[in-house]
Amino acid sequence: MSSTEAVVTEPRAGQKLRVEHLGLVYERDGESIAALEDINLDVSEGEFICIVGPSGCGKSTLLNVLAGFLPSTSGSVTIDGESVNGPDPRRILVFQERGVFPWLTVEGNIGFGLSKLPRAQRDERIAHYVQTVRLEGFEHTYPSDLSGGMKQRLQVARALAVNPDILYLDEPFGALDSITRVMMRGELLRIWQSERRTIIFVTHDIDEAVQLADRVVVLSSRPARIEDIITIDIQHPRNISSPRYLELRDELLKQIGLAYEV
Amino acid sequence: MNSMTKPRAWESFFWPAVAAGLLLAVWHYSVVWTGTKVFPSPLSVEKAVAELLQRHVLWADIGDSLRRVAFGFGAAVVVGVPLGLWLGWRPAANQVVNPVLQILRPISPIAWIPVAIIFFGVGDRAAIFLIFLGSFFPIVVACVSGVSSVPPVMRSAGRNFGLSTPQLLMRVVFPAALPQILVGVRIALGIAWLVVVAAEMIAVDSGLGYLVIDSRNSGKRYDLVVAAMLMIGIIGLALDLSFRRLERIKSVRWGFRNAA
Repeated sequence: MSSTEAVVTEPRAGQKLRVEHLGLVYERDGESIAALEDINLDVSEGEFICIVGPSGCGKSTLLNVLAGFLPSTSGSVTIDGESVNGPDPRRILVFQERGVFPWLTVEGNIGFGLSKLPRAQRDERIAHYVQTVRLEGFEHTYPSDLSGGMKQRLQVARALAVNPDILYLDEPFGALDSITRVMMRGELLRIWQSERRTIIFVTHDIDEAVQLADRVVVLSSRPARIEDIITIDIQHPRNISSPRYLELRDELLKQIGLAYEV
Repeated sequence: MNSMTKPRAWESFFWPAVAAGLLLAVWHYSVVWTGTKVFPSPLSVEKAVAELLQRHVLWADIGDSLRRVAFGFGAAVVVGVPLGLWLGWRPAANQVVNPVLQILRPISPIAWIPVAIIFFGVGDRAAIFLIFLGSFFPIVVACVSGVSSVPPVMRSAGRNFGLSTPQLLMRVVFPAALPQILVGVRIALGIAWLVVVAAEMIAVDSGLGYLVIDSRNSGKRYDLVVAAMLMIGIIGLALDLSFRRLERIKSVRWGFRNAA
Protein backbone atom coordinates (compact mmCIF):
# COMPACT_ATOMS: atom_id res chain seq x y z
CA MET A 1 0.00 0.00 0.00
CA SER A 2 2.85 2.33 0.80
CA SER A 3 4.48 2.05 -2.59
CA THR A 4 1.47 3.72 -4.14
CA GLU A 5 0.87 6.06 -1.24
CA ALA A 6 4.37 7.54 -1.43
CA VAL A 7 4.32 8.42 -5.10
CA VAL A 8 3.63 12.11 -4.75
CA THR A 9 4.77 14.35 -7.55
CA GLU A 10 4.03 17.74 -6.03
CA PRO A 11 6.67 18.81 -3.49
CA ARG A 12 4.94 19.41 -0.19
CA ALA A 13 5.75 22.28 2.11
CA GLY A 14 8.24 21.26 4.80
CA GLN A 15 9.29 18.23 2.82
CA LYS A 16 12.90 17.28 3.41
CA LEU A 17 13.80 14.00 1.81
CA ARG A 18 12.18 12.27 -1.09
CA VAL A 19 12.95 8.75 -2.27
CA GLU A 20 11.44 7.73 -5.59
CA HIS A 21 11.44 4.25 -7.12
CA LEU A 22 14.81 3.61 -5.51
CA GLY A 23 16.45 0.34 -6.45
CA LEU A 24 19.87 -1.19 -5.91
CA VAL A 25 21.23 -4.23 -7.71
CA TYR A 26 24.77 -5.38 -7.14
CA GLU A 27 26.94 -8.04 -8.71
CA ARG A 28 28.45 -10.88 -6.76
CA ASP A 29 30.23 -13.83 -8.38
CA GLY A 30 28.73 -12.89 -11.73
CA GLU A 31 25.20 -12.95 -10.33
CA SER A 32 23.14 -9.85 -9.92
CA ILE A 33 21.45 -9.56 -6.56
CA ALA A 34 18.67 -7.10 -5.85
CA ALA A 35 19.10 -5.42 -2.48
CA LEU A 36 16.52 -2.64 -2.71
CA GLU A 37 13.44 -2.57 -4.88
CA ASP A 38 11.10 0.31 -5.67
CA ILE A 39 11.50 2.21 -2.41
CA ASN A 40 9.29 5.29 -2.20
CA LEU A 41 9.33 7.54 0.82
CA ASP A 42 8.69 11.16 1.73
CA VAL A 43 10.13 12.55 4.91
CA SER A 44 9.16 15.94 6.33
CA GLU A 45 11.45 18.43 7.98
CA GLY A 46 12.06 17.51 11.62
CA GLU A 47 10.42 14.13 11.33
CA PHE A 48 11.71 11.08 13.20
CA ILE A 49 11.55 8.01 10.95
CA CYS A 50 12.47 4.50 12.05
CA ILE A 51 13.26 1.82 9.52
CA VAL A 52 12.69 -1.75 10.69
CA GLY A 53 12.86 -5.07 8.95
CA PRO A 54 14.20 -8.59 9.25
CA SER A 55 17.95 -8.77 9.72
CA GLY A 56 19.95 -8.71 6.52
CA CYS A 57 17.05 -7.20 4.59
CA GLY A 58 18.99 -4.17 3.46
CA LYS A 59 18.09 -1.58 6.09
CA SER A 60 21.69 -0.45 6.38
CA THR A 61 22.10 -0.56 2.61
CA LEU A 62 19.15 1.78 2.26
CA LEU A 63 20.63 4.15 4.83
CA ASN A 64 23.99 4.10 3.03
CA VAL A 65 22.28 5.01 -0.23
CA LEU A 66 20.36 7.85 1.45
CA ALA A 67 23.61 9.14 2.98
CA GLY A 68 25.36 9.04 -0.38
CA PHE A 69 27.87 6.30 0.44
CA LEU A 70 26.39 3.85 -2.06
CA PRO A 71 25.12 4.82 -5.50
CA SER A 72 21.67 3.51 -6.34
CA THR A 73 21.11 1.66 -9.60
CA SER A 74 17.65 3.07 -10.25
CA GLY A 75 15.35 5.75 -8.95
CA SER A 76 16.42 8.85 -7.06
CA VAL A 77 17.02 10.39 -3.65
CA THR A 78 16.52 14.12 -3.34
CA ILE A 79 16.98 16.36 -0.34
CA ASP A 80 15.37 19.80 -0.56
CA GLY A 81 14.94 19.10 -4.26
CA GLU A 82 18.65 18.49 -4.74
CA SER A 83 19.72 14.99 -5.70
CA VAL A 84 22.15 13.08 -3.50
CA ASN A 85 25.45 12.27 -5.22
CA GLY A 86 27.77 11.50 -2.35
CA PRO A 87 28.40 12.00 1.34
CA ASP A 88 27.90 15.53 2.55
CA PRO A 89 28.44 17.22 5.94
CA ARG A 90 24.84 18.46 5.77
CA ARG A 91 23.72 14.91 6.57
CA ILE A 92 25.76 12.76 8.89
CA LEU A 93 25.62 9.02 9.35
CA VAL A 94 26.13 7.66 12.86
CA PHE A 95 27.48 4.12 12.90
CA GLN A 96 26.75 1.27 15.26
CA GLU A 97 30.37 0.75 16.29
CA ARG A 98 33.87 2.10 15.75
CA GLY A 99 32.54 5.39 14.49
CA VAL A 100 34.50 7.64 16.88
CA PHE A 101 38.17 8.31 16.23
CA PRO A 102 40.20 6.63 18.98
CA TRP A 103 43.24 8.89 18.45
CA LEU A 104 41.27 12.01 19.32
CA THR A 105 39.88 13.14 22.67
CA VAL A 106 36.19 13.83 23.19
CA GLU A 107 36.89 17.45 22.26
CA GLY A 108 38.93 16.44 19.25
CA ASN A 109 36.19 14.15 18.00
CA ILE A 110 33.43 16.72 18.39
CA GLY A 111 35.60 19.34 16.70
CA PHE A 112 36.59 17.00 13.86
CA GLY A 113 34.24 18.51 11.30
CA LEU A 114 34.81 22.08 12.48
CA SER A 115 38.36 22.73 11.25
CA LYS A 116 37.17 25.56 9.00
CA LEU A 117 35.66 27.53 11.87
CA PRO A 118 37.68 30.17 13.75
CA ARG A 119 39.07 28.87 17.02
CA ALA A 120 36.74 30.71 19.39
CA GLN A 121 33.64 29.68 17.50
CA ARG A 122 34.84 26.09 17.34
CA ASP A 123 35.50 25.93 21.07
CA GLU A 124 32.08 27.35 21.74
CA ARG A 125 30.43 24.77 19.48
CA ILE A 126 32.40 21.95 21.12
CA ALA A 127 31.44 23.10 24.60
CA HIS A 128 27.79 23.30 23.59
CA TYR A 129 27.69 19.74 22.27
CA VAL A 130 29.72 18.32 25.14
CA GLN A 131 26.89 19.65 27.26
CA THR A 132 24.14 18.44 24.91
CA VAL A 133 25.30 14.83 25.17
CA ARG A 134 26.27 15.18 28.84
CA LEU A 135 29.96 14.46 28.56
CA GLU A 136 31.07 17.34 30.78
CA GLY A 137 34.28 16.48 32.56
CA PHE A 138 35.33 14.08 29.81
CA GLU A 139 36.51 16.72 27.32
CA HIS A 140 40.11 15.48 27.40
CA THR A 141 39.31 11.77 27.67
CA TYR A 142 40.13 9.35 24.87
CA PRO A 143 37.37 7.04 23.58
CA SER A 144 39.15 3.95 24.93
CA ASP A 145 38.35 5.25 28.42
CA LEU A 146 34.66 5.82 27.64
CA SER A 147 31.79 3.35 27.99
CA GLY A 148 29.88 2.11 24.93
CA GLY A 149 26.99 4.48 25.61
CA MET A 150 29.31 7.46 26.02
CA LYS A 151 31.03 6.64 22.74
CA GLN A 152 27.70 6.64 20.93
CA ARG A 153 26.74 9.94 22.56
CA LEU A 154 30.10 11.28 21.41
CA GLN A 155 29.39 10.15 17.86
CA VAL A 156 26.01 11.91 17.96
CA ALA A 157 27.67 15.05 19.31
CA ARG A 158 30.31 14.99 16.57
CA ALA A 159 27.53 14.67 14.01
CA LEU A 160 25.40 17.46 15.49
CA ALA A 161 28.39 19.79 15.79
CA VAL A 162 28.58 20.32 12.01
CA ASN A 163 24.94 21.41 12.07
CA PRO A 164 23.53 18.81 9.68
CA ASP A 165 19.89 18.93 8.70
CA ILE A 166 19.53 15.17 8.58
CA LEU A 167 20.95 12.64 11.00
CA TYR A 168 21.10 9.04 9.81
CA LEU A 169 21.54 6.51 12.60
CA ASP A 170 22.46 2.93 11.73
CA GLU A 171 21.44 0.76 14.69
CA PRO A 172 23.32 3.19 16.92
CA PHE A 173 22.37 1.44 20.15
CA GLY A 174 22.57 -2.09 18.80
CA ALA A 175 25.85 -2.90 20.51
CA LEU A 176 24.84 -1.54 23.90
CA ASP A 177 23.42 -3.43 26.85
CA SER A 178 19.65 -3.23 27.28
CA ILE A 179 19.65 -0.77 30.18
CA THR A 180 22.00 1.64 28.45
CA ARG A 181 19.95 1.27 25.29
CA VAL A 182 16.76 2.41 27.03
CA MET A 183 18.57 5.37 28.58
CA MET A 184 20.08 6.32 25.22
CA ARG A 185 16.61 6.40 23.65
CA GLY A 186 15.58 8.98 26.22
CA GLU A 187 18.72 11.00 25.54
CA LEU A 188 18.18 10.89 21.78
CA LEU A 189 14.56 12.02 22.10
CA ARG A 190 15.62 14.86 24.36
CA ILE A 191 18.27 15.94 21.84
CA TRP A 192 15.86 15.57 18.92
CA GLN A 193 13.26 17.69 20.69
CA SER A 194 15.74 20.45 21.49
CA GLU A 195 17.72 20.41 18.23
CA ARG A 196 14.86 19.60 15.84
CA ARG A 197 16.76 17.71 13.17
CA THR A 198 15.27 15.24 10.74
CA ILE A 199 16.23 11.77 11.93
CA ILE A 200 16.24 8.51 10.02
CA PHE A 201 16.95 5.69 12.40
CA VAL A 202 17.55 2.07 11.40
CA THR A 203 16.86 -0.55 14.04
CA HIS A 204 15.91 -4.18 14.37
CA ASP A 205 14.25 -3.47 17.70
CA ILE A 206 10.47 -3.05 17.41
CA ASP A 207 10.12 -1.44 20.85
CA GLU A 208 12.82 1.05 19.99
CA ALA A 209 10.95 2.01 16.82
CA VAL A 210 7.58 2.45 18.57
CA GLN A 211 9.15 4.45 21.39
CA LEU A 212 11.04 6.83 19.14
CA ALA A 213 9.46 7.29 15.76
CA ASP A 214 6.82 9.54 14.27
CA ARG A 215 6.48 6.93 11.53
CA VAL A 216 7.89 3.44 11.23
CA VAL A 217 8.87 2.12 7.81
CA VAL A 218 8.62 -1.67 7.63
CA LEU A 219 10.85 -3.33 5.06
CA SER A 220 10.37 -6.81 3.62
CA SER A 221 13.18 -9.35 3.46
CA ARG A 222 15.57 -9.21 0.51
CA PRO A 223 15.10 -7.53 -1.85
CA ALA A 224 13.88 -4.83 0.54
CA ARG A 225 10.57 -3.29 -0.38
CA ILE A 226 8.42 -1.09 1.79
CA GLU A 227 5.77 -3.35 3.31
CA ASP A 228 4.05 -0.68 5.31
CA ILE A 229 4.49 2.70 6.92
CA ILE A 230 2.92 2.95 10.35
CA THR A 231 2.26 6.30 11.99
CA ILE A 232 2.88 6.27 15.73
CA ASP A 233 0.18 8.64 16.94
CA ILE A 234 1.22 8.83 20.59
CA GLN A 235 2.51 12.00 22.22
CA HIS A 236 5.93 12.05 23.88
CA PRO A 237 6.67 11.04 26.61
CA ARG A 238 5.15 7.73 25.61
CA ASN A 239 3.65 5.36 28.08
CA ILE A 240 4.98 1.98 27.04
CA SER A 241 2.17 0.06 28.73
CA SER A 242 -0.67 2.11 27.25
CA PRO A 243 -3.14 0.14 25.09
CA ARG A 244 -2.34 2.22 21.99
CA TYR A 245 1.40 1.58 22.40
CA LEU A 246 0.85 -2.16 22.73
CA GLU A 247 -1.54 -2.16 19.79
CA LEU A 248 0.99 -0.45 17.52
CA ARG A 249 3.75 -2.70 18.75
CA ASP A 250 1.71 -5.81 18.03
CA GLU A 251 0.81 -4.51 14.63
CA LEU A 252 4.48 -4.06 13.84
CA LEU A 253 5.40 -7.48 15.18
CA LYS A 254 2.72 -8.99 12.99
CA GLN A 255 3.98 -7.03 9.99
CA ILE A 256 7.44 -8.45 10.45
CA GLY A 257 5.96 -11.90 10.93
CA LEU A 258 6.98 -12.50 14.51
CA ALA A 259 4.93 -14.60 16.89
CA TYR A 260 3.23 -13.05 19.91
CA GLU A 261 4.59 -15.64 22.22
CA VAL A 262 8.09 -16.94 22.60
CA MET B 1 48.12 -7.95 51.35
CA ASN B 2 48.12 -7.63 47.62
CA SER B 3 51.29 -9.66 47.18
CA MET B 4 49.14 -12.32 45.52
CA THR B 5 48.43 -10.09 42.56
CA LYS B 6 51.33 -7.63 42.42
CA PRO B 7 55.00 -8.43 43.13
CA ARG B 8 56.55 -6.15 45.70
CA ALA B 9 58.82 -3.38 44.43
CA TRP B 10 62.07 -5.01 45.55
CA GLU B 11 61.08 -8.31 43.94
CA SER B 12 60.87 -6.85 40.46
CA PHE B 13 64.56 -5.94 40.78
CA PHE B 14 65.73 -8.77 42.96
CA TRP B 15 64.82 -11.78 40.85
CA PRO B 16 66.13 -10.46 37.54
CA ALA B 17 69.35 -9.56 39.38
CA VAL B 18 69.54 -13.11 40.71
CA ALA B 19 69.08 -14.50 37.19
CA ALA B 20 71.79 -12.23 35.77
CA GLY B 21 74.10 -13.12 38.68
CA LEU B 22 73.57 -16.83 38.10
CA LEU B 23 74.36 -16.45 34.43
CA LEU B 24 77.59 -14.57 35.25
CA ALA B 25 78.52 -17.28 37.76
CA VAL B 26 77.91 -20.07 35.22
CA TRP B 27 80.00 -18.16 32.71
CA HIS B 28 82.79 -17.46 35.18
CA TYR B 29 83.09 -21.06 36.48
CA SER B 30 82.79 -22.54 32.97
CA VAL B 31 85.83 -20.51 31.99
CA VAL B 32 87.69 -21.46 35.18
CA TRP B 33 86.85 -25.18 35.11
CA THR B 34 87.48 -25.74 31.40
CA GLY B 35 90.75 -23.82 31.70
CA THR B 36 90.15 -22.14 28.33
CA LYS B 37 92.80 -19.69 27.24
CA VAL B 38 90.69 -18.27 24.38
CA PHE B 39 87.32 -17.37 25.85
CA PRO B 40 87.35 -14.53 28.41
CA SER B 41 85.79 -14.61 31.88
CA PRO B 42 83.35 -11.90 32.99
CA LEU B 43 86.14 -10.22 34.92
CA SER B 44 88.42 -9.90 31.91
CA VAL B 45 85.50 -8.59 29.88
CA GLU B 46 84.94 -5.95 32.53
CA LYS B 47 88.61 -4.96 32.28
CA ALA B 48 88.28 -4.92 28.50
CA VAL B 49 85.34 -2.49 28.69
CA ALA B 50 87.42 -0.25 30.94
CA GLU B 51 90.31 -0.47 28.48
CA LEU B 52 88.08 0.45 25.55
CA LEU B 53 86.70 3.39 27.48
CA GLN B 54 90.22 4.56 28.33
CA ARG B 55 91.34 4.40 24.74
CA HIS B 56 88.31 6.48 23.79
CA VAL B 57 87.66 4.22 20.82
CA LEU B 58 84.43 2.91 22.30
CA TRP B 59 82.58 6.23 22.17
CA ALA B 60 83.78 6.88 18.64
CA ASP B 61 82.69 3.41 17.53
CA ILE B 62 79.31 3.73 19.21
CA GLY B 63 78.89 7.12 17.58
CA ASP B 64 79.76 5.74 14.15
CA SER B 65 77.34 2.82 14.47
CA LEU B 66 74.52 5.05 15.69
CA ARG B 67 75.16 7.58 12.93
CA ARG B 68 74.93 4.88 10.24
CA VAL B 69 71.70 3.56 11.76
CA ALA B 70 70.31 7.09 11.95
CA PHE B 71 70.93 7.67 8.24
CA GLY B 72 69.93 4.25 6.91
CA PHE B 73 66.93 3.76 9.17
CA GLY B 74 65.93 7.43 8.86
CA ALA B 75 65.93 7.18 5.07
CA ALA B 76 63.89 3.97 5.27
CA VAL B 77 61.26 5.77 7.39
CA VAL B 78 61.19 8.82 5.12
CA VAL B 79 60.81 6.76 1.94
CA GLY B 80 58.98 3.73 3.34
CA VAL B 81 56.13 5.37 5.26
CA PRO B 82 54.73 7.50 2.40
CA LEU B 83 55.25 4.65 -0.06
CA GLY B 84 53.53 2.18 2.26
CA LEU B 85 50.63 4.58 2.89
CA TRP B 86 50.16 5.06 -0.83
CA LEU B 87 50.32 1.34 -1.60
CA GLY B 88 47.86 0.62 1.18
CA TRP B 89 45.53 3.29 -0.12
CA ARG B 90 45.72 2.09 -3.73
CA PRO B 91 45.26 -1.71 -3.70
CA ALA B 92 45.68 -1.72 -7.51
CA ALA B 93 49.17 -0.24 -7.21
CA ASN B 94 49.94 -2.63 -4.39
CA GLN B 95 49.01 -5.57 -6.57
CA VAL B 96 51.55 -4.42 -9.14
CA VAL B 97 54.39 -3.83 -6.68
CA ASN B 98 53.66 -6.52 -4.12
CA PRO B 99 55.27 -9.51 -5.92
CA VAL B 100 58.56 -7.61 -6.25
CA LEU B 101 58.40 -6.55 -2.60
CA GLN B 102 57.68 -10.10 -1.49
CA ILE B 103 60.68 -11.45 -3.41
CA LEU B 104 63.07 -8.78 -2.14
CA ARG B 105 61.83 -8.90 1.44
CA PRO B 106 63.16 -12.32 2.52
CA ILE B 107 66.65 -11.59 1.15
CA SER B 108 68.90 -10.96 4.11
CA PRO B 109 70.63 -7.59 3.92
CA ILE B 110 73.87 -9.56 4.46
CA ALA B 111 73.38 -11.10 1.02
CA TRP B 112 73.39 -7.59 -0.39
CA ILE B 113 76.89 -6.85 0.94
CA PRO B 114 78.72 -7.67 -2.32
CA VAL B 115 76.19 -5.65 -4.31
CA ALA B 116 76.46 -2.77 -1.87
CA ILE B 117 80.23 -2.74 -2.23
CA ILE B 118 79.99 -2.73 -6.04
CA PHE B 119 77.57 0.21 -5.88
CA PHE B 120 79.17 2.27 -3.15
CA GLY B 121 82.66 0.86 -2.59
CA VAL B 122 83.96 0.04 0.86
CA GLY B 123 82.72 2.81 3.11
CA ASP B 124 79.95 4.49 5.00
CA ARG B 125 77.53 4.63 2.14
CA ALA B 126 77.60 0.87 1.59
CA ALA B 127 76.79 0.29 5.27
CA ILE B 128 74.03 2.88 5.24
CA PHE B 129 72.56 1.31 2.11
CA LEU B 130 72.46 -2.09 3.80
CA ILE B 131 70.74 -0.67 6.87
CA PHE B 132 68.26 1.10 4.62
CA LEU B 133 67.45 -2.17 2.85
CA GLY B 134 67.06 -4.06 6.09
CA SER B 135 64.61 -1.58 7.61
CA PHE B 136 62.79 -0.46 4.46
CA PHE B 137 60.73 -3.61 3.81
CA PRO B 138 59.26 -4.13 7.28
CA ILE B 139 58.22 -0.46 7.31
CA VAL B 140 56.51 -0.64 3.91
CA VAL B 141 54.75 -3.89 4.78
CA ALA B 142 53.53 -2.52 8.13
CA CYS B 143 52.19 0.62 6.47
CA VAL B 144 50.36 -1.30 3.76
CA SER B 145 48.71 -3.63 6.24
CA GLY B 146 48.07 -0.77 8.67
CA VAL B 147 46.23 1.24 6.04
CA SER B 148 44.25 -1.69 4.68
CA SER B 149 43.06 -2.63 8.17
CA VAL B 150 41.62 0.81 8.90
CA PRO B 151 37.93 0.07 9.55
CA PRO B 152 35.84 1.19 6.53
CA VAL B 153 33.53 2.91 9.01
CA MET B 154 36.30 5.36 9.90
CA ARG B 155 36.98 6.22 6.27
CA SER B 156 33.25 6.71 5.70
CA ALA B 157 33.02 8.92 8.77
CA GLY B 158 35.93 11.01 7.49
CA ARG B 159 34.40 11.41 4.06
CA ASN B 160 31.06 12.27 5.62
CA PHE B 161 32.65 15.36 7.16
CA GLY B 162 33.64 16.52 3.69
CA LEU B 163 37.34 15.62 3.70
CA SER B 164 39.22 15.52 0.40
CA THR B 165 41.41 12.48 -0.28
CA PRO B 166 44.68 14.09 0.98
CA GLN B 167 42.84 15.32 4.09
CA LEU B 168 41.35 11.89 4.63
CA LEU B 169 44.81 10.31 4.42
CA MET B 170 46.30 12.84 6.84
CA ARG B 171 43.46 13.13 9.32
CA VAL B 172 41.95 9.64 9.34
CA VAL B 173 43.96 6.94 7.56
CA PHE B 174 47.39 7.85 8.92
CA PRO B 175 46.37 8.23 12.58
CA ALA B 176 44.21 5.11 12.36
CA ALA B 177 47.11 3.08 10.96
CA LEU B 178 49.76 4.68 13.19
CA PRO B 179 49.86 2.04 15.94
CA GLN B 180 50.51 -0.67 13.37
CA ILE B 181 53.03 1.52 11.55
CA LEU B 182 54.89 2.10 14.81
CA VAL B 183 55.14 -1.65 15.37
CA GLY B 184 56.70 -2.06 11.93
CA VAL B 185 59.07 0.84 12.48
CA ARG B 186 60.17 -0.60 15.81
CA ILE B 187 60.89 -3.98 14.20
CA ALA B 188 62.79 -2.13 11.48
CA LEU B 189 64.90 -0.34 14.08
CA GLY B 190 65.82 -3.68 15.65
CA ILE B 191 66.81 -5.03 12.23
CA ALA B 192 68.80 -1.87 11.49
CA TRP B 193 70.81 -2.44 14.66
CA LEU B 194 71.47 -6.06 13.65
CA VAL B 195 72.49 -5.06 10.15
CA VAL B 196 74.85 -2.25 11.15
CA VAL B 197 77.02 -4.69 13.08
CA ALA B 198 77.18 -7.13 10.16
CA ALA B 199 77.83 -4.34 7.65
CA GLU B 200 80.62 -2.89 9.75
CA MET B 201 82.39 -6.21 9.86
CA ILE B 202 82.85 -6.10 6.10
CA ALA B 203 82.22 -2.75 4.56
CA VAL B 204 83.90 -0.19 6.85
CA ASP B 205 86.69 0.23 9.40
CA SER B 206 84.91 1.78 12.36
CA GLY B 207 81.88 1.10 14.50
CA LEU B 208 80.98 -1.63 16.95
CA GLY B 209 80.85 -4.34 14.28
CA TYR B 210 84.34 -3.39 13.15
CA LEU B 211 85.45 -3.40 16.78
CA VAL B 212 84.30 -7.02 17.13
CA ILE B 213 86.02 -8.25 13.99
CA ASP B 214 89.13 -6.12 14.49
CA SER B 215 89.62 -7.33 18.05
CA ARG B 216 89.61 -10.88 16.79
CA ASN B 217 91.81 -10.28 13.76
CA SER B 218 94.45 -8.20 15.51
CA GLY B 219 95.68 -10.46 18.27
CA LYS B 220 92.67 -12.64 19.08
CA ARG B 221 91.50 -10.31 21.84
CA TYR B 222 88.35 -12.22 22.73
CA ASP B 223 87.88 -10.15 25.86
CA LEU B 224 87.42 -7.12 23.59
CA VAL B 225 85.17 -9.12 21.27
CA VAL B 226 82.81 -10.02 24.11
CA ALA B 227 83.01 -6.50 25.54
CA ALA B 228 81.93 -5.10 22.17
CA MET B 229 79.14 -7.68 21.95
CA LEU B 230 77.92 -6.60 25.36
CA MET B 231 77.83 -2.96 24.27
CA ILE B 232 75.88 -3.95 21.13
CA GLY B 233 73.31 -5.71 23.31
CA ILE B 234 72.95 -2.86 25.76
CA ILE B 235 72.59 -0.19 23.07
CA GLY B 236 70.12 -2.33 21.14
CA LEU B 237 68.02 -2.70 24.27
CA ALA B 238 68.22 1.03 24.95
CA LEU B 239 67.06 1.82 21.40
CA ASP B 240 64.12 -0.55 21.71
CA LEU B 241 63.09 0.72 25.13
CA SER B 242 63.22 4.34 24.04
CA PHE B 243 61.15 3.54 20.96
CA ARG B 244 58.61 1.71 23.10
CA ARG B 245 57.99 4.95 24.96
CA LEU B 246 56.35 6.25 21.79
CA GLU B 247 53.67 3.60 22.17
CA ARG B 248 52.58 5.25 25.40
CA ILE B 249 51.67 8.52 23.69
CA LYS B 250 47.95 8.91 24.21
CA SER B 251 46.98 9.37 20.58
CA VAL B 252 48.39 5.94 19.68
CA ARG B 253 47.96 4.10 22.97
CA TRP B 254 44.49 2.84 21.97
CA GLY B 255 46.16 0.61 19.40
CA PHE B 256 48.31 -1.21 21.96
CA ARG B 257 46.11 -3.46 24.02
CA ASN B 258 48.57 -4.47 26.72
CA ALA B 259 49.99 -1.00 27.30
CA ALA B 260 48.83 0.32 30.65
